[in-house]
Amino acid sequence: MRKLVDLPTKESSKVAGKVGVSHKHESADKHVSGKAVYIDDRPDRSDQLHGAIGQSTIAHGIVKSMDLSKVKAHPGVEAVITSGDVPGKVDIGPVFGGDPVLVEEKVEFMGQALFAVAATSHEAAVKAAKLAVVEYDELTPVLSVKDALAKQNFVRPTHTQSRGDAKTAIGQSKHKLSGELQIGGQEHFYLESQISIAEPTEEGGMLVYSSSQHPSEVQILVAEVLGVPFNKVTIDMRRMGGGFGGKETQAAPWACLAALLANKTGRSVKMRLNRFDDMTATGKRHPFENTYDVGFDDEGLVKGIDFTINGNCGYSPDLSDAIVDRAMFHSDNAYFLEHANVVGNRCKTNTVSHTAYRGFGGPQGMISIEGVMDDIARKVGKDPLEVRKLNLYGQNDRNVTHYGQTVEQNILPMMIDKLENDCDYQARRAAITKFNHENQFIKKGIALTPVKFGISFTVQHLNQAGALIHLYTDGSIQLNHGGTEMGQGLNTKIAQVVAQEFQVDIDNILVTATRTDKVPNTSPTAASSGTDLNGKAAQAAAKTIRGRLVEFASEHFEVTQEEVIFKDNFVHIGDKTMAFAELVQLAYLNRVSLSSTGFYKTPKIHYNREQAHGRPFFYYANGVSCSEVVIDTLTGEYKIERVDVLHDVGDSLNPAIDLGQIEGAFVQGMGWLTTEELMWNDKGRLLSNGPATYKIPAIADMPEHFNVELLQNEPNREATIYNSKAVGEPPFMLAISVWSAMRDAISSVSDYKQSPVLHTPATPERVLDAVMQMQQD
Amino acid sequence: MINNQIQFLLNDQLTTLSDIDPNTTILQYLRQHQHKSGTKEGCASGDCGACTVVIAEAVAGKLRYKSLNACISLLPSLHGKQLITVEDLEDGDRLHPVQQAMVDFHGSQCGFCTPGFIMSLFALHKNFPDPSKHQTLEALAGNLCRCTGYRAIVDAAAAAKNHGADQFDRNVAHTIATLNSIARDTMAQLSLNKELNDGAQQAFSPLSLSQLSQIMLDNPQARLVAGGTDIVLEITQMHKKLGTIVYVGNVPELQKFEEHDDKFVIGAALPYSEFTPHLAVHYPEFGDMIERIGSLQIRNQGTLGGNVGNASPIGDTPPVLIALDAKLNLRCDDKVRQIAIEDYFVDYKVTSQQTSEFIESIEIPKPVSKAQQLKVYKISKRFDDDISAVLATFNLTIENDVITKARVAFGGMAGIPARAANCEQALNGQPFTQATIDAAKAQLASDYTPMSDVRASKDYRMTVAQNLLQKAFIEISQPQTNTGVVQYA
Repeated sequence: MRKLVDLPTKESSKVAGKVGVSHKHESADKHVSGKAVYIDDRPDRSDQLHGAIGQSTIAHGIVKSMDLSKVKAHPGVEAVITSGDVPGKVDIGPVFGGDPVLVEEKVEFMGQALFAVAATSHEAAVKAAKLAVVEYDELTPVLSVKDALAKQNFVRPTHTQSRGDAKTAIGQSKHKLSGELQIGGQEHFYLESQISIAEPTEEGGMLVYSSSQHPSEVQILVAEVLGVPFNKVTIDMRRMGGGFGGKETQAAPWACLAALLANKTGRSVKMRLNRFDDMTATGKRHPFENTYDVGFDDEGLVKGIDFTINGNCGYSPDLSDAIVDRAMFHSDNAYFLEHANVVGNRCKTNTVSHTAYRGFGGPQGMISIEGVMDDIARKVGKDPLEVRKLNLYGQNDRNVTHYGQTVEQNILPMMIDKLENDCDYQARRAAITKFNHENQFIKKGIALTPVKFGISFTVQHLNQAGALIHLYTDGSIQLNHGGTEMGQGLNTKIAQVVAQEFQVDIDNILVTATRTDKVPNTSPTAASSGTDLNGKAAQAAAKTIRGRLVEFASEHFEVTQEEVIFKDNFVHIGDKTMAFAELVQLAYLNRVSLSSTGFYKTPKIHYNREQAHGRPFFYYANGVSCSEVVIDTLTGEYKIERVDVLHDVGDSLNPAIDLGQIEGAFVQGMGWLTTEELMWNDKGRLLSNGPATYKIPAIADMPEHFNVELLQNEPNREATIYNSKAVGEPPFMLAISVWSAMRDAISSVSDYKQSPVLHTPATPERVLDAVMQMQQD
Repeated sequence: MINNQIQFLLNDQLTTLSDIDPNTTILQYLRQHQHKSGTKEGCASGDCGACTVVIAEAVAGKLRYKSLNACISLLPSLHGKQLITVEDLEDGDRLHPVQQAMVDFHGSQCGFCTPGFIMSLFALHKNFPDPSKHQTLEALAGNLCRCTGYRAIVDAAAAAKNHGADQFDRNVAHTIATLNSIARDTMAQLSLNKELNDGAQQAFSPLSLSQLSQIMLDNPQARLVAGGTDIVLEITQMHKKLGTIVYVGNVPELQKFEEHDDKFVIGAALPYSEFTPHLAVHYPEFGDMIERIGSLQIRNQGTLGGNVGNASPIGDTPPVLIALDAKLNLRCDDKVRQIAIEDYFVDYKVTSQQTSEFIESIEIPKPVSKAQQLKVYKISKRFDDDISAVLATFNLTIENDVITKARVAFGGMAGIPARAANCEQALNGQPFTQATIDAAKAQLASDYTPMSDVRASKDYRMTVAQNLLQKAFIEISQPQTNTGVVQYA
């Protein structure tokens, strides 16, 4: 028999990297030394080809003819494919149809993939792809929400959530307001652009390295375009250079095209999008144009509200049904809307198909009601914070949402009070009022806004996860789960969970690349659910193996199961103590299985969409932020001077990682609402198609003073993994306080009599426009 | 004699390159030729910093470290220098102090931008062992991170201060000796050549003004490259070849900086970061504005000659240079002619530069009296590393409350950077009062017909241009009044 390894004899004093400590990201050392391998860093195979797409140059029309002879003749080109070359299904729509992998006849947006090229170098493929001669019969493109509404041009049917009688309640209210908010979209700008490498396998299948948040979906779509069973396709995903929702459905087309080209040539094909191609060819956060009618009393208490939520979905459904639903689910944010009617339209336009992006519609719903709170406050002459507090959900009554879910563990009122006190809101409000009286050109504003974000996929079946754990005879552990690492620290947190279960140092645990042949049929790493779902699944797998070890040890050493205790890298069995690895070896020699899967599904959730009623969310994650800004009324320029955040992550699995998620989400949200402006021209061409024209926050845009605190001693009352809460998306919406503070500063120009219209992003130009509104009124 | 090669240190390895396409960027060289994949491509346009590498140059017996964007830098610029990448920072199996600080402060999330941040931090701490927050932000403004929100990175930068000697410091004598030996061996003109499918690709790297002049006579279609921060986009974004490239970074006469009693003379190929501090002594607002051109990586490469020569309608330096009545020295062969910079810009992307002519230097007059005030404003969506919507410059001399001289120029308001003649006329000789300013503001509408584009609408451009004149008036006449939200210091 081969020898088993020597065992450690030294007892360590405690377990490194268990749950609740700020353990470093599992790849941190590799990130900083350039050793972390992203897909583009994989060495080329000797037969490597590189793919590129030929893109449409009109937004809407029929392809009359496509002359690809020059493309094919370009030096280095090995293959050119069109939709006719797809052996299986052409439509790769993730939920509903409508997304051809290559245009069959009808062009629906400018930049859509018409054909794909494989060549011996990336450069050759990109150059060749520009040589096509395409003739179109042009059709008039629909390019705005208003145009789509007028033409009833929708990608999915309109949906309504309703409670009570909003119309009557508004009609009977003492005060009424109505308005519109245009909310800009957002480019994900993950630093690593979309990429896949497809390698043909001997079975006629494909091994695909894909930078994807949803490997199982990529597997299905690659198999479908190739026309092979799913078991012949394997997706490997070690890490993404950022995702943010932009690699949930949007990674699949490039994997499919790489696979089609690999299938055609029998060679490995890498498909990497250049930044500009990525920005024109992939979907973004949905722009929305929302309108409201609200009725309220003298105090500012909402009596009835009628929202129309209009999402610009682009040309196809993609995930837009669920995204507009989530905007509707969050059009209450933290407020009790007694009589509410929320109508959601899924507008079809001839732009790229908009897609998942951190918050998934939630931010666009939430900012609308926050804008209403500010508008009400100006009308009744109160500080907006007072109006917000007045309208918050109650503890025992006024605590059911307009879609029927009871708001439990309602800690927001307490969090608001705490932050208001901690950040000195009232004293600063007074100081700002004084400052604004004393300064003619420079104005300050402050706002404190809450976030209540529902956690769970609203598509119920996605709320499941799997994991796979192997113990080896040296005591080392291999961990695999269905989630994907995009920088959020998922692998680190899940390794911490497993370290905790086995009471061994985290260094003993290796999390391996997400692969569809290890854990099958997985859900996307999305909806902030990665740790909640996969952490529970990994815990289940660990508990299974641990249970076997306990059972074995208790039989073998004739002690009760309670006398088998895992602690500090050792196992105490009655009065015996042995290293963890020693018990593993012993179990192996006694033929105990050291490998297990784990599975989890979220309990309690149910939702009847036809009645728009139920409990779609397992729980809510909460946060509060207070922002102070200063604006220049001559130019519209501004600066974010101070931000204070108090955020609820339940019992944190890793405070450093959670802090990083909150800070990163806040700054990303701030970018969405300030400098990041998507602009299309009247032909449907994306003008802001690169980092020179599309400006995400740079380092000096970070708030001058940025204080972020995790709420302590408030474990999740639902039985989540170690009573933690999801953190990926909720803090994104904390940045709404920046926008609200800007409106506060602008409103000061009218001595707080008027509430300015400030569509987003609030660029200097929009801020100056809003200041001028105040000066005219 | 032409020497068909260039030499540099790839970390500590003396490396000679010949028979390579001179359109190859340093990033392509590292990733595709050297299979060093630590340096990342995020945008291939010099906007994100994921490709940041560090160049060390021997200057006066010391090594000077500069960060730059490998994605838009061509190989000839490496000659005689040391190229340091993220793979080179570990000392054995020990992380470099800036790497360790980024780990300790959780400064990486997805990690894709991280090598670029590491290299910017490395150069920062080489130049400023105990950097101020301002120096830190300046060094990192060209590195985009989409994950962290930057706070952790700023903390890591502070924690790495005074980190002590590393292997680069220990090897400094050897490195300088090697770099100097390359310089000594370089007696001939340098070039890189490659025959490719799309024609011969050739790069000259002249070592003197006379060599450069001759090359321009022999190759009138040659493309001049100094920093290359704009022209290389033709390669990486438009997928073109430049044909014949002339890299001017090794011509000493184009690298000069002279300060005279009445003017500065700045070599056309001198990077911004080398002359800005001198200029800022006399024109602080010009200095502040230059600090917002691109990023430090760009300013370590980009030059005044390049900014003028590419004739962008926006700027950022041409409107300031026009308002200051700067002169251009244009050379062809052994003849130099001087023109006012405003006469250089003829039409959108059209200049008065003749065939085989090139910009040798730019002369900027110093202030003539204390009564002269230079106000410079840059309006953009993002404070750092953004292209202006409007760039405004007001050069006003005010004596006894009368405007005795006014030169006003804008970028972003017309097809070329241009003076506001009617506005100037409304100011010249008039009392420095609100009434005069109101009249001058109105004249801007007759000076310019701005366009709407991705950066701003025509209405905003006009309104903000007028408001900036108002702002200049307030700042000069009521210096106690609070007018600014954007801070430079």
